[in-house]
Formats: sequence, C-alpha cells, structure tokens
Amino acid sequence: MAELHARNIVDYLEEQRGKLTLRFITCGSVDDGKSTLIGRLLYESKCIFDDQLKALENDSKRYGTQGEKIDFALLVDGLEAEREQGITIDVAYRFFATDRRRYIVADTPGHEQYTRNMATGASTAQLAILLIDARKGILPQTRRHHRIVTMMGIRHVVLAVNKMDLVGHDEAVFRKIESDYREFSRDAGLSTLVAIPLAAVFGDNVMKPSANMPWYRGPTLFEHLDTVDVGHSAARRSFRLPVQYVNRPNLDYRGFCGRIAEGTVRPGDAVRVLPSGRATTVKSIDFFEDSLPEASEGASITLTLADEVDVSRGDLIVAAGDPPEAADQFQARILWMAEEPLVPGRPYLMKIHAKEVTATVMEIKHREDVNTGARLAAKVLNLNEIAVVTLSTSQPVAFEPYATNRSLGGFILIDKLTFATLGAGLVDFALRRAGNIHWQALEVGKEQRAAIKHQKPRCVWFTGLSGSGKSTVANMLEKRLHAAGRHTVMLDGDNIRHGLNRDLGFSEADRVENLRRVAEVARLMVDAGLIVIVSFISPYRSERRAARGLFQPGEFVEVHVSTPLEECERRDVKGLYAKARRGELKNFTGIDSPYEAPVNAEVVIDTSARPADECAIAVMRHIEA
Amino acid sequence: MNHYQQLEAEAIEIIREAVAGARNPVMMYSIGKDSSVMLHLARKAFHPAPPPFPLLHIDTTWKFRDMYAHRARMVRESGMKLLVHTNPEGLRQGVNPFTHGSNYHTDVMKTQALRQALDMHQFDVVFGGARRDEEKSRAKERIFSFRSAGHRWDPKSQRPELWNLYNTRVRPDESIRVFPISNWTELDIWQYLHVEKIPIVPLYFAAMRPVVRRGGMLIMVDDDRMPLEPGEKPEMRMVRFRTLGCYPLTAAFDSPATTMEEIIAETFNTVSSEREGRLIDSDQPGSMEKKKQEGYF
Repeated sequence: MAELHARNIVDYLEEQRGKLTLRFITCGSVDDGKSTLIGRLLYESKCIFDDQLKALENDSKRYGTQGEKIDFALLVDGLEAEREQGITIDVAYRFFATDRRRYIVADTPGHEQYTRNMATGASTAQLAILLIDARKGILPQTRRHHRIVTMMGIRHVVLAVNKMDLVGHDEAVFRKIESDYREFSRDAGLSTLVAIPLAAVFGDNVMKPSANMPWYRGPTLFEHLDTVDVGHSAARRSFRLPVQYVNRPNLDYRGFCGRIAEGTVRPGDAVRVLPSGRATTVKSIDFFEDSLPEASEGASITLTLADEVDVSRGDLIVAAGDPPEAADQFQARILWMAEEPLVPGRPYLMKIHAKEVTATVMEIKHREDVNTGARLAAKVLNLNEIAVVTLSTSQPVAFEPYATNRSLGGFILIDKLTFATLGAGLVDFALRRAGNIHWQALEVGKEQRAAIKHQKPRCVWFTGLSGSGKSTVANMLEKRLHAAGRHTVMLDGDNIRHGLNRDLGFSEADRVENLRRVAEVARLMVDAGLIVIVSFISPYRSERRAARGLFQPGEFVEVHVSTPLEECERRDVKGLYAKARRGELKNFTGIDSPYEAPVNAEVVIDTSARPADECAIAVMRHIEA
Repeated sequence: MNHYQQLEAEAIEIIREAVAGARNPVMMYSIGKDSSVMLHLARKAFHPAPPPFPLLHIDTTWKFRDMYAHRARMVRESGMKLLVHTNPEGLRQGVNPFTHGSNYHTDVMKTQALRQALDMHQFDVVFGGARRDEEKSRAKERIFSFRSAGHRWDPKSQRPELWNLYNTRVRPDESIRVFPISNWTELDIWQYLHVEKIPIVPLYFAAMRPVVRRGGMLIMVDDDRMPLEPGEKPEMRMVRFRTLGCYPLTAAFDSPATTMEEIIAETFNTVSSEREGRLIDSDQPGSMEKKKQEGYF
C-alpha cells in the first residue's frame, strides 16, 4: 500500500468509505494449518506492525513449532493458556484490510468439542473458508464443518486445500478433493464455491499465484476474497424494525429505537406493529440531530409514528402490506451449548431479536449426528448436539424463518436461574395449533411444579402476639422473595378471616379450626410449588405442631416473632390492648388468653431489638440457605 | 451504508440493547479518544434525550493536566453526570508511578479503584471503549463480557455470543462489561473523530513539549511532581501521543502532525502498534490477560 500524505486524506477517506467489510470464518484444526493461514493473511496484507513482528520472533523461539522460522500461528493464538497447550479454545476476531476490502475473521477451533464455538463464529459470517490438509483429504471433520456453516446460513464457501507442498504440488490430489467436496455439498444451496490449492506456510496462492502450481489458473485466496459477491439474492426485502428501546424524553416525543433488520422505510409509509397488528404510518425517521428522508437495512434509527399506538420493546414495526407471521409454536433447529442437557418440558428464557419470552421444547423430533447427518432418536440434547424440535412460547412472537432473515429467525435460550446462555436456535416455521403437537409425557407432582419455578416450596409460619410485627416482617419478606424471582403467597387474617373462615369467631374451638384450615390451605399451596407465608397469632403449641405435621421435613419454617408483651402493648397499633384491658374484648391473647411461645422455632426475631427489614433478611437467609 | 455508518449503527444497537436490559448502567470515561467516540455514540443513541446513565472516571490523579481540562469541557457540553473515583487508600499512602512502579500503581490506582467504584455504586452494566484490535487477549473477549461476583473475567467460561443477540441478564453481584466499539480499529477511531468533528484532548496533536528520555521512551514532564534522575534534563521536542493515560506511564513520540488529517496519514503509515506507548502491557508475557482476570478494563 502506498504512503499516504495528509493532502490526499480526502481521497483516502472517500475510498475507505466505499469499502465493503467482509466477515468470514475459518474452519479447520491446528493440524490443517489454520492459525498459520490467518497469520499469513495478516502478514501479507501488511496488518502486522513492526513491534508485533518483533514480539512474534521472540515468541516463535519460545513456543514455536517451526524451528527457526517465524511461526505465524503464534500471532493469532491469543490467550496464554492456549499458547501453552498449542490449541485455540475460543472464538477470536481478527481485523485486516486490503486496498479493496476490510475483513473481520472469526477464528475458531475445529474439534468436535468446540462445535458451539464454530457456530458462534459462523453466526455473523458471510463466507467460510474450509481448510483441508491435502495429505488427508475430506475427513469427517470437514463434513461437520460444512454442516455447521451451512446450518448457520453461510452460502459462500472457499475450499482451501492446504499443505500442497507436502504432496508435491500434485494437481490430481487437489482435483480429487475438490470433486469429493462438490459431490457432497451439492444439495447445500451454496451460492459460490471456489477451491484453491495453498501452501500457507510459504504463502503459495495466498496473495500471489504459486510458481509451484502453474496448473492452477483460478484466483488466489486474496483475489477471491477481494471480489466475491456476497450481496443479497433478489428475494423480497420488506421493511422490518425490531423495537429495542422506547425513547420518551418528554410527553411530546415517543421514539421507537432499533436497527432495521430488512428493507427500507420512508416517512408516510404505512406500517403495522406486531404481534398486536395495529396499523399506523411513519411520521419521521430520526437520527441524532437529523430527520432522514429514508433509512435501510442495517441502520440504527429512531421512528416516530403518526398515531398513539401501543409499542413496546420486542415488538416489530413492519411494512403494512407484507407483515411477517407471529406465532407461539414453532419448529426449530437447536444447537445445545451447555454441559447441563436440554430437557423437553423445562422452561427457558428465549431471546429472539429484542423479544424475551419463556419457551419450552415440546418434543425433540430427532437429533442430527453432526459428522454424518444421520437422524437419531433423543430424549435430551447434550453439549454440542444439534436437533430438530418443536417449541412453544409463553406469548406470540413475530419472526421470519432463519433461512429468510438471520436476525429475525435466530434465537438463544437462557437459563432462568443462572442466566447462562444454554443454546442457539434457528426458527424453521410456525406450527399450526393442531393435534399434531405432542408433549412428551411428564409426571406432574410437587417437585415438577416447584422445578419450573426454580425454587423449593416452603411454609413459613409466623407466630407471635398481636402487634409484635408479624405482618410487617411477613410483608417485607414477601417483597424480598418476589424481587428474587420467587413465587409466593400470603395467608393472613385479612384474606382468610374475611373469606374462607368468615364463619369462625375467637373462641378456643374456633381458633383451632381456623388454624387447621389455614394449615391445610398452606399444604395445598406448597404442593403447587409455592412459598407460602402464614401470619397468624397461632397461640397454641399443639396447633402449630399439627400444622408442621402436614409437611415434609424441612418444608415448615416456624418463625417466632418474640417482641415482648410490654412493647406490643405500648405500640397497640389497632387499640386492641386498650380495649382488652378495659374488658371490652374477650379472649385476647396475652391479656386473658395464653400465648404458648415456641420452644424450637427455626427462626426467632424480636422487632423491638432490630429493624423489621433486618428481621425479614434473617428469615430470607434461612429459607434460601 | 458506508463503512463508518455500519460501525456506528452496530455500536448504537449495542448501547441501546445494554441499556434496555440494565438496572443501573454506567459508562467508563477515560478522557481519551476512544472515550470521546463512546460518548458521542451514546449521545446519538438516545437523542433527543441525554444518555440515561452517568460517566465514571477512575482518577489516578496522575493524568495530564490537559485531560482534566477536557473532561470539564465535555461534561459541560454533554449535560451528563460525571462520577469521579480515586482509591482513598492509595491516595493516603501516596501511591505513585515513580516510587511504587507501574505495576503497583496501576493495580492500586486503576484496578482496585475501579472495583471500589463498581462495588460502591452496584452498577450492573459498565460500558468500556476497548477494541479487539488492541491486544491479543482482547480479540477473544465478548462484546457483552460477563463478570462474576468480584468482577473476575474467566476467559474459559464466557457466554456464547451469536448473531446480534446479546444476553443481558445477570444475577445480583454479577455484572456485564459492554464494549460497543469492539469491532473498530485504531484507524476507524481516527477517521470517525475526523468525519464527526469530535473534540479530543490537544495532546493528540503534535506541539513543542518538555520531555525526558527514559528507558527508550519519551516521557513528558507535565508537572513538578516528576522527579528527574541524575543527568536528566527536560528538552523541548515536537511530540504527540497515540494513547493517553497517566503521564509518567505514557510515552510520547516525535511527530510533526498538528492536524487531524496529518494524524490519520501518520497512523496509516505507522509501523508500531498502539499499545507500545503504554508501559504496563510489556511488563510480562500475557500481562493484559492477567490484569483482565483481576478486573482491569
């Protein structure tokens, strides 16, 4: 590349602006010379700085596998642990440029245990370089790489037949590999496929044509990368904007922010909001301080609409005349990326464009062997396995099939508890709500109900004098549990005595019956998987013991709110103590009716000794332990 | 869309996505050129509203004086809230790069200070201006880079990141560092600054400045806290900086480039990569990777 002078800068910037960025992935293993090839691409495109080259020479002596020669692989094997092990274990992104194009390379390992890394790298790539060792030809790993990149939607493939120097630059070897690959990739729907014989370690056919292989008349690797057309096919491109963020700085402005996933939009265009289906027109397309006359695919913009329709994050704003489908049941392909297997019936968070819903795999139709493509039966899906599944979501989701649009048909599944990313999915099509959808049989019991709530069911029983602070602490506890994503319910005088137990008074017999019913209701709700918070004076030991007997060991948590009588009476929030002292209220616990303090409550708290919120935290700690 | 519009659109998408999923976001602001680009992108993402998060500057107290002046100006112009944090313990002990060495200074005044600030404010999303082309271990970092409790980065258990689908969920105590300009190169930064006419600290432009030569690097004598070694005498040279940090740890280089156009031309023609001017990266092999695992940005 020529020296650049400041006076040429305008031309230079103009030229940069026009450059296309091509994102590609390299598939192969260390043994195929993948890192060497990438290092060579960086070197040949002059994207290695002097100091990096110096460091590389040092590293080559220390870790290198090429003797005294520069080991280009070391340039790209980033993490120290990997350098020592001599393998690439993740996805790394490299940047380089030629006079014609800019490149982002996703560099991923090729072994089967890194299938998820390759899929990750392929998800944003437009082209794949499949690397083959000329000595070995097409291997099972080549078929696997081919399967992953085509599944992820890549339609442009370069078959890089490397190490030609080790087979004597023999044309017949190259032609055999090329025809083998063309044969098995025939049905993959590739738009371009170019095979190139290489010796990356020496640079043959990387930038310059190889003098060792005069029989090859095709493009060098760089010639091909610089010119291959990866533009859209002539398919229909209607406007689709996933709404990421609603911008409301004041009452007069409501902007819907997102990056256009497909098509073009202009002010005045008729649009529809999905999944609601409401119709309106585009008022303006705002971008920073400008209003734009039009915006197209890839632009991050803010739309304002003519009418006050309801639009939230996760909705799609689309061309009114050509809306995509919205559905809550799908057929999809899933690649599982976690150690913990995918289990049908278990709920996951699903993120598709800007929408998050709960999704459940109804059925694994079949698993696909990643090496052979064979269809296999499967009850669960393990790490790095691929399957065709049916999926149902908690709410309707607007989408496009993955084959039509990657950003509207790709999704990830997230663990509801740890929030780890567990899997990647590609929507094939929506299922009609019909009888051909079968749930895998599941026994549903307390454990299963609790499992989908990610919690252990509990009965937390608050006992203590009137005015001791039971309800205050119980309420705080419920708020804390709720904030932590727990499913709770509260049983107290307010919701039980006014309804279910309306027929009961305050005699000892009625108090016993009152508590018996409360305990039975609590048990049913624990069976439903809930954390039940009971807040009753419950003065008698025997009734509390009876209640405890309804639950499994550990499920019942007795919380004694031990605030002293004097303090409760001093507070006398409802004026009941005063009434009882005056004899206007009979059978009042602590005054003319006994309170039998628990002897071995799980938690004891005194709201006169510390703030109610600390008491709630103490109870919370016990439950969550 | 041209190349810059693409990079810009991607960064804005990332910033909006992170904010939509965040409880308490913040943007790291180091006053340097990458921070200037980040601030500009954030303003674009949320216009006509101001960005819905504050800026956080970890101040070692050893930045160039020009940087403090620029910080004041940008806070005034953006209307955003600025949080400044300095490690009070380090300040009390008088930790500085001269007597304590670059490693210890950086650990106490940057890495530990950052962790203190993040703990204190309980941020769940922290925007940073790191780029994948800067350094080898950065090349493998996610755009949404998950940190476990204690701010640790574990390169072996990063969340898979596919398409433009970012998992923004974290549990209490966990956080995410978000790098919207991951896919930019140094040249992209300069060109964007130029095209968008974004103001930057004058130290990036060449001027006559007092420097001493130390360990093969030109160090600017920015104030009287810098102890001169025997025989050292500041000389005036036409120099500029490619990156800005603590002045005793940031090397200047000879350059005649006084305009943005000249800087871009020089950057294009240059033959040494950006971090050579930062002393902390060359301390030991894999040093950036180690610092990142400890919580460094």
